[in-house]
Parts: sequence; C-alpha cells; structure tokens
Amino acid sequence: MAKRIDVSDLDIYYGKFLAVQGVNVSIEPRSITALIGPSGCGKSTFLRSINRMHEVIPGARVEGKVVMDGQDLYAPDTDPVTVRRQIGMVFQRPNPFPTMSIYDNVAAGMRLNAKKMSKAATDELVERSLRGANLWEEVKDRLDRPGSGLSGGQQQRLCIARAIAVEPDVLLMDEPCSALDPISTLAIEDLMTELKERFTIVIVTHNMQQAARVSQQTGFFNLNGVGQPGRLIEFNPTEKIFSNPDEKATEDYISGRFG
Amino acid sequence: MSTSTAQGPATDVAPAPEQRPGGRLPRWAPWAAFVAALAVAYLVGLATSTNVVLLVIYTVVIGTAGLYVASRIVEGPRRAVDRLVTCLVSSAFGIAMVPLVSLAYEVIRRGVLRFDGEFFGASLVGVIGEGGGAYHAIMGTLIITLLTTLISVPIGLLTAIYLVEYGSGRLKRAITFFVDVMTGIPSIVAGLFAYALFVIFFGAGIRLGIMGAVALSVLMIPVVVRSAEEVLKLVPNELREAAYALGVPKWRTIVKVVLPTAIAGLGTGVTLAIARVIGETAPLLVTVGITNGTNLNPFEGRMATLPVYAFYQLTQPGVPPENAIDRAWTAALILIMLVMGLNVVARLISRFFAPKTSR
Ligand SMILES: Nc1ncnc2c1ncn2[C@@H]1O[C@H](COP(=O)(O)OP(=O)(O)OP(=O)(O)O)[C@@H](O)[C@H]1O
Ligand SMILES: [Mg+2]
Repeated sequence: MAKRIDVSDLDIYYGKFLAVQGVNVSIEPRSITALIGPSGCGKSTFLRSINRMHEVIPGARVEGKVVMDGQDLYAPDTDPVTVRRQIGMVFQRPNPFPTMSIYDNVAAGMRLNAKKMSKAATDELVERSLRGANLWEEVKDRLDRPGSGLSGGQQQRLCIARAIAVEPDVLLMDEPCSALDPISTLAIEDLMTELKERFTIVIVTHNMQQAARVSQQTGFFNLNGVGQPGRLIEFNPTEKIFSNPDEKATEDYISGRFG
Repeated sequence: MSTSTAQGPATDVAPAPEQRPGGRLPRWAPWAAFVAALAVAYLVGLATSTNVVLLVIYTVVIGTAGLYVASRIVEGPRRAVDRLVTCLVSSAFGIAMVPLVSLAYEVIRRGVLRFDGEFFGASLVGVIGEGGGAYHAIMGTLIITLLTTLISVPIGLLTAIYLVEYGSGRLKRAITFFVDVMTGIPSIVAGLFAYALFVIFFGAGIRLGIMGAVALSVLMIPVVVRSAEEVLKLVPNELREAAYALGVPKWRTIVKVVLPTAIAGLGTGVTLAIARVIGETAPLLVTVGITNGTNLNPFEGRMATLPVYAFYQLTQPGVPPENAIDRAWTAALILIMLVMGLNVVARLISRFFAPKTSR
C-alpha cells in the first residue's frame, strides 16, 4: 500500500551542525519523486531522515515533522523500528549480507525479524521478490550461493529484492545506479517504473536524464556555501523543472552552469 | 596529465645513471662469497682459538663485506647497497631465529625422554624416583583453562559489544582505559588478587581450582575485549544499516548480522587468548598450588597444572633429581604443543568461518 508523506519545517542536524534546513514537501503516493542537487547539499541526509535512519549516527537529530498518511513518524511514541519496516531503503553501495546466501538475503527481512513462515511461503516470497527486482532468471539456479558472489548490478538488484520482500509502503533509494553500467541502470529504472504502481518511491540521483526519465516530481536541493545548511530550493513536477523551472538556481544547475 | 612532447619518454628516465657499470654478479655469487668467507674464517680460526660461534660470526662479516665490495666494483653502488641490506636483514632474521630454534630443539630433545603412555596415564601418587606421570596436571590445566574460558569469553565479548555498538562518552572511555590497565597487570598480581578475594570467604591458606580460573580470567578478559573490539570494528557499518533499514532492532542486528560476520575473527581472538593464559605459572602457584594426586573437582582442594607441575619437578626434584627433571621437560613439551595446537585451531577457525565470497 503506497502512502503519502508530508514533511514540514524539517531541520536536520549532525550534532551542532545544521545540515539541512526548513524542508517543506509533500511526496505523492504511487509516484516517483527524484531529488537532485550538488554534492554535500543534504540529499542523503534528508532521505535518511524520512525513515529515521538518520538518528543511528551518533549525535544526529531532527527537528520538525514527517507525517505518513496521518501518522507522525517522529512522535515520541513512534518506534523507529516500525517506521523502518514501513519505509524500505536501498543504499548507494550494494550491501548484501556476506554471511548469507542469495535466498537468505532476500528472506533476511523475515528471518532477522524472526517471523515464522512456512518453507513454501518463504520460497514463494523469495521468488516473487526476485522476479520483482528482475533478478530471478539470473540467479534461480544458484540461490544457495553467497550474495556477495554476484556482480555489482546484480547485488544492487538483490538489495532491491531484499527491500521489497518486507512489503514496505515507501521505498527510498540513494543513488541506486551510481555504481552500475547503463544496462543495469536501465533494468533498475524499468523496475522502478513497475514498482511505483505499488510503492511510493523517492530516489536521489546525480543523473539528470535519469531524474527526467523516471520521476513525476523533482526536488532540487542546494546550499549557499560551505558550512551553510542545504535547502530544498524548488519542488515541482518533473516536466516543469526540466523545461521551465521557477528558480534561476535550478535552471543553472540543470543546464550545467552551476558554480 | 598528458605530456605532449616528443622527448617525453627520454625525460622520464632517471637522470644521471651515475657510473653504473652494466655488469651483474652471477646468481651463485652470494653463495660463493659466503663459502669463501667460511674458508677464510676457518683459517683465521685455526690461527687463533677455534669456536663455532666465532666461526659463524667471522663468516657472516667477511662474506657480507666481500659481497659488498665485489658488487660495488661490478654492479655499482646502488645494487651493492641493496645486497648489503639484504645480508643485514637476513643476518638479523638468523639471529632472531637462534633462540627459537634452540629452545624448540632443547625442549623436544629432553621432552621426548618421558613422552610415553605412563606420562599421560599416571599421576605422581606414590612415585619416588622413576616413572610417574602428569595425568593429574594435564587434566588440571584443561579444566582450569576451560573454566577460565567460560568466565572470560562472555564477559569479554559483551564488553567488546558494548564498547563498539552501544558505548559512548565517558563510560566508554573509562572502560577502554581500565581494559588497557588490565592488559598490563603482572600475572602474579592477578594471582594475589584472586587469593585475597577467596581468603575473604574461606580463610587463609585456601587453594581451589576455581581460584586459578578467576586469576587467569583477570589476565584473559582484557585480551578477549581487545581482540573482539578490533574485529567488531571491522564489520562494515553498511551491514548494520542494511539491517536497520529492514526494520530489524539493534540487538537482533548485533546477534544475527554483526556477530556472524565477525565470527571468524572472534574465534581466532578467543583461541589466541586461551593460548596466552594456558602457560601462566605464577598466578596458579599462589591460587591452585600443587598436588600429587588426581583432583578433577575445581571447587575442592588443590589441583595440579602443567606449568606448576614443571616448576615443582624442576625446583624440588628429590633424589636422584634426573627423573623429576625429565618429567619437567616433558610437561614443558606438552605445554608448547598445546599452545601450538591452539594456534593451529585459530588459523583453521579463521579459514573455515570467513565469509564466503564464492566465484
Ligand atoms: N555522518 C556525518 N556526520 C557529520 N556530518 C555529515 C555526516 N554525513 C554527512 N554530513 C554532512 O552533511 C552534509 C550533507 O551531506 P549528505 O551526505 O546528505 O550530502 P549529499 O547531498 O547526499 O551529497 P552526495 O551527492 O555527495 O551524496 C554535508 O555537509 C556533509 O559533510
Ligand atoms: Mg549522498
């Protein structure tokens, strides 16, 4: 079940350092939202604060509101573990568990949370998730081999399979294609387009064409200078951002006249 | 960085190949140099008083000097220095090996004399002079080491997990500091500590196997903490984050992801920590004492252990002393074998449990 996310007045800190300031945005369900912007402007930081992964860094904290379908994710009685079960995440670098087989990696969300499942149900889940991640055909006869034995692109799709196996409502992807070749990138882009029927997807990317190809909404982050907090400069439908942006900074960045 | 010049390669070559005669010494040159040096040293030895150690020293010095001079004439200064340093490093290595090899040789030579069935099967009850064995001491060492491991590994591992996964601020720094201090505690102090602790409850003169285990734990815990901490730090943060992002609670992430990933290193560290304490003598001397009979109950009375056994056989051999001294050497041999065995086990653990990256 895809869900909508409303962020209001979000300030994100690393200790005393204010990394991202004053983000207000609504992320639509069943669509892909792309976040672009120069390096160090806080895209990853913002993404990680949506599923409360930000606070696992010592000293990191957040002020403001993130609401998912009426549920305040930063309310005092909200358990971050529950939030992360609802909002999955794919990281920039593929990170399959090295001690686990391909099969166990996909089932990891269930296994690690000690959910009891019959063998048949697990088999079915693993196959469905791997098919969902476009990886089934490549690995179906070596499911018991270690996940770290796959190629980088396959590992990334394995991580996507692992993330969608727990049936989250929202899927966050931090530069999922930055280490991949164009063919794997295309496979993952196709996959995202399929997945958006079921999930709300937020993707960080440095690739303008990718943002233009896959996303419906685009947010542009920027910062005024080193040591300054990053801000969400503009948030608009993707066609508008890439054809006729409201802000001069957005236009400069997209057309490569940045800095 | 493209140097778009025609003479690029020419300028890349090192400047001024200072008088480097193109020659190379043949491969057998070093051997020849040292054989010749041996001959010279032998002649010198004949002239003065002969002595094996002096002969070796003469050979090495003369051979190195000769090789250096020959190389400098034929190959130039750079290669000559290379050969000189090679000779120096090899000599240093040889010197470092001398005590190790002679120790192993001596222990084996004297230890095999009593390396027999009786030694492994019998205790010292009623033995005067010949025969007798160290069954009681071997069992004592195994039992006390096992108890030490059972005490130290949980405490050490949990401490390391706290330090790496949970700890922060002052408490973490304090624990790290005290672990460092504990690493440096002299082993006799650990023994005295355990003794003083048990005297409070049981009165002066108490000797128990468990006291020895407590004393050894004081020595082993910091080693386990240190090695486990290093290994846990090596587990990539990305794996923890991957687990958190799946909605796995922190403690489950540690149990199911971090520890399995680190298991090889943890096993190796624990095994080496055991090897570190298995040969401790002083703390066992004051806490466990020695006995001639077999006592397998660490909670009652004195026990024998291999290091203490060897100590008493050597220092109080009785008359005639030879039999007891032979037994001391065999006990030493068994100790060395235990330590070496543990090292092999450590290697096997790290080989078999290492995360599999298949092809
Ligand atoms: N763990 C951390 N501790 C302290 N500061 C951090 C940490 N991670 C990031 N920062 C700071 O927060 C700011 C935003 O970083 P972030 O990683 O979100 O940038 P980004 O937009 O994702 O950049 P990139 O495109 O290079 O991935 C940067 O100034 C960075 O130095
Ligand atoms: Mg980033």
